Amino acid sequence: MTNVLPPFMIFILGAFVIPFLRGRVRSVYVVSLPVIGMINLLLIPADTVMTAGFLDYELTLVRIDRLSLAFGYIFHIAAFVTVIYILHVKKSLEYVAGFVYSGAALGAVFAGDLFTFFAFWETLTVGSVMLIWARRSKSSSAAGFRYLLVHVTGGLTLLAGIVMMVVETGSIHFGHIGLTGLSSWLIFMGIGVNCAWPFLHTWLTDAYPEATIGGTVFLSAFTTKTAVYALARAFPGTELLIWIGVAMAAFPIFFAVIENDLRRVLAYSLVNQVGFMVVGIGIGTELAINGAVAHACNDILFKSLLFMSMGAVIHRTGKINATDLGGLYKSMPWTAGFCIVGAASISAFPFFSGFVSKSMVMSAAGKDHMVGVWLVLLFASAGVFHHAGIKIPFFAFFGHDAGHRVKEAPKHMLVAMGITAFLCIFNGTFYKPLYSILPYPALYEPYTLSHVVTQTELLFYSALAFTLLLLSGIYPAEIRAINLDFDWFYRKPLVGLSNGLATLLNGLNRVMDRLLVKEFTGAVNEAAIDATARLAWVAIVPFIKNKDNPHPRREIFKKKLDAAFATGTSPVGLFAACAGLFIVMLFVFI
Amino acid sequence: MEREKNHLFDKPENVKRLLIIFFSSVILLFVLDFFVHKHAHFPWENWPVFYAIFGFVACVILVLVSRFVLRPLVKRREDYYD
Repeated sequence: MTNVLPPFMIFILGAFVIPFLRGRVRSVYVVSLPVIGMINLLLIPADTVMTAGFLDYELTLVRIDRLSLAFGYIFHIAAFVTVIYILHVKKSLEYVAGFVYSGAALGAVFAGDLFTFFAFWETLTVGSVMLIWARRSKSSSAAGFRYLLVHVTGGLTLLAGIVMMVVETGSIHFGHIGLTGLSSWLIFMGIGVNCAWPFLHTWLTDAYPEATIGGTVFLSAFTTKTAVYALARAFPGTELLIWIGVAMAAFPIFFAVIENDLRRVLAYSLVNQVGFMVVGIGIGTELAINGAVAHACNDILFKSLLFMSMGAVIHRTGKINATDLGGLYKSMPWTAGFCIVGAASISAFPFFSGFVSKSMVMSAAGKDHMVGVWLVLLFASAGVFHHAGIKIPFFAFFGHDAGHRVKEAPKHMLVAMGITAFLCIFNGTFYKPLYSILPYPALYEPYTLSHVVTQTELLFYSALAFTLLLLSGIYPAEIRAINLDFDWFYRKPLVGLSNGLATLLNGLNRVMDRLLVKEFTGAVNEAAIDATARLAWVAIVPFIKNKDNPHPRREIFKKKLDAAFATGTSPVGLFAACAGLFIVMLFVFI
Repeated sequence: MEREKNHLFDKPENVKRLLIIFFSSVILLFVLDFFVHKHAHFPWENWPVFYAIFGFVACVILVLVSRFVLRPLVKRREDYYD
């Protein structure tokens, strides 16, 4: 017990050693870090709680229970495969950001109190934005800033809710919250931002396709799943979540069909899959929560795999738009194969991972006779096969041959994809180990003849629709274009408002600068400098002989006087007289 | 430059073969459906080939709505935000 560390510590502290290592040593180090972390996690006994005092509160840095453990395991696996995937990267930044980010996710899921949870929640944002900026392109920099703004807003909403809740209840315990008052609503919405709820989802579809190829793989695993965990912890059985989840599952598939950037297609399908989890949490029964958690684990794997295969395509061809790709199965057969495994898994084909987890959520909705929910989820299941299952592999690796003749993905990428593909098939075929780590006893049986046949039917007839639409030319051709989404509101009108305000306020600033700083102070300054000389002149004039007027001597005298004041060499008596005169004036007038 | 070898789907007969396999499985599933007992939550799940029709119709609607409703609304030039 005393030999184990808090899981996040290995990742976050371990990350800061990375910049001091180079080459092979660094590669070995970064790959072994998640392994050490996993061993440490396995050694921590269940129901362990690690606390630390902070001000007047006792923080629960680590709380190990079944819900947090499931996420803990899968986060370690995700970090492990992703870090293998990015071994070609020379700069340390991506490794450090990746480990800080995944360490923060571990910290958040094991946090037992709201303060610790919030601290890791924010670290998550910092780590993730680094992964976006690491691409070092103009568009990734802009997307990173937008990402940061959205997440900081979400984080502050969460913080406001937490502070209010702690003041109300006096407790910082992070457990079931439920929608009760304003504080719980703020926490709910704060988590909702990271969970990519409809209208709040655009940070994801905007920024994920802009990150580095490994960065996107990291990102796809942690932020949304940490939010799913937080919802499962604090808001299980909240009915509103069912409807939020249904919307998430349904609307992105329409965008995915017409999207050209294949990583953005995957980003939309990520929202769609998280929708299934959110529905599960909203239903809140043991089966539904189990389904949400199992699907989160599987989604991390197949979504990573799909993002990895698309990353390999970018790595080799430099392209990601469907319009620029096609026929890559000839040059990258292994990558194409792994991509198909990911596609089959997300589509929930029998023997692939989605089959054993998505159906739990569907069954839970069916058991509670939620007709509308069930029908939309079935529609979303068919839709996800259509855009992620068929469109991604078809447009990248088959379809029209774009003529790229490149090398197969580097070995380390193939290894990472191979491990993930293996796990996707393993979880789908031998599902017991996955079911054994779920929060509740899993009595669900995915492999019934009825389930296998109906699901295969659904998928094959979706594929039939795709085939017929494609052969008939109705299927929308990929077009070099972008599609507007809700981020339009903060990228256009809000930018317009910001520009308008900038013009108005900067204009005001300029006017004031001119009036007050340049003109007025300048005038006062000049007047002040000349004041003594003028006063002296006024005082002296009566004593200058009139006959000199307008004699040049008078002018010469004035010049001498000005020079004397300017250089500070006027006779002392004159100064004293001026000063006295000034004081008298003050005395008289004030 | 080295002559490129002929790949799997470069031959039209292979594409044809794949399509034949696919269409046969589709028909097979259609027939199989009548012999499988369903664990249904809702009455319509017991309708013959409900899942097949649902999958097909869902995808046709998805594609038509995306292409003819959503795309005209949201499509912009690639430099729209620049």
